[in-house]
Amino acid sequence: MSEIKKFMYVNRKAPYGTIYALESLEVVLIGAAFDQDVSLAFLDDGVFQLTKDQDTSGIGMKNFSPTYAALGDYDVTKIYVEKESLEERGLTLDDLQHLTYEDEDDDWAEKDSIRLVTREELARIMDEQDVLLSF
Amino acid sequence: MLHTVNKSPFERTALQSCLGHALDGASVLLFEDGVYGALKGTGVSGEVAEAMGRVKFYVLGPDLRARGLREDRLIDGIQVVGYDGFVDLVTSHDNVQAWL
Amino acid sequence: MALEVNGKVIETDEEGYLANINDWTPEVAEAMAKADGVDLTENHWEVINFLREYYDEYQIAPAVRVLTKAIGKKLGKEKGNSKYLYELFPYGPAKQACKYAGLPKPTGCV
Repeated sequence: MSEIKKFMYVNRKAPYGTIYALESLEVVLIGAAFDQDVSLAFLDDGVFQLTKDQDTSGIGMKNFSPTYAALGDYDVTKIYVEKESLEERGLTLDDLQHLTYEDEDDDWAEKDSIRLVTREELARIMDEQDVLLSF
Repeated sequence: MLHTVNKSPFERTALQSCLGHALDGASVLLFEDGVYGALKGTGVSGEVAEAMGRVKFYVLGPDLRARGLREDRLIDGIQVVGYDGFVDLVTSHDNVQAWL
Repeated sequence: MALEVNGKVIETDEEGYLANINDWTPEVAEAMAKADGVDLTENHWEVINFLREYYDEYQIAPAVRVLTKAIGKKLGKEKGNSKYLYELFPYGPAKQACKYAGLPKPTGCV
């Protein structure tokens, strides 16, 4: 067995207009089978992926936004959202889905997955990663 | 003339180019990722609001709803249209410039 | 490929998964199981119904590891383990149960 590495998926694209967001989500779900230290970052237009109340019935595309709520089941529990990216787009955390996970080491207590970080903090977290997967 | 923009204004300069080339009385339709340009309180909403005095803005409703955006998030005065409205806009203008 | 249920022809892919999730009825699951030589019991249905609820909420078929953990939480430890699930669905709980439930093959399953 190889040692555990830090993998970060960097999401920078809005959903539906391009295929990046859905592709990233699928790779995250597949990659979750490997025991690694996984985190997701949402910055730039990537923050739009997490908006709540998405309804794609009018555009003939699959609404994949409910799948983000399953990430906790896949032990993906660190979701970084960049504060400046939200602000530049007139958004706050309240506009995003409330994503949670159950902490196995804390009697399955429900905890927030989303961590609001500044651009500088995110830059440092990215710098600590072994592997960055860019979408 | 009708201008259409389908790219996010935070990632591409399509909207800025469009506004730079839209003459007084022109129409601008925002759709797909272009709908983010219709939001108020963003880094580009000042530019759009400024252009509203001389250009008429439309935004495609199904693309807004797909992205979880309600009409109350839009800059005042931007008109929401459906696919039928999109077609009407295309047929009622002499020509269309798509800012891809 | 196609499946015939109550005189109606239902389209499937080359591995037998439904082409259109909306074509699913319990009779479809019965027909698929019969073709595999499996008699669906209440224990099978618990898992099939669980998968349909999971898909309805999250829009994905869960990976087998996620399914096992979630079944354990919902139906009890004695059911939330691979031995129990593989006895019910010998072709693989995620693959086979998802097929009967009308869901696509779980993401990441080859």
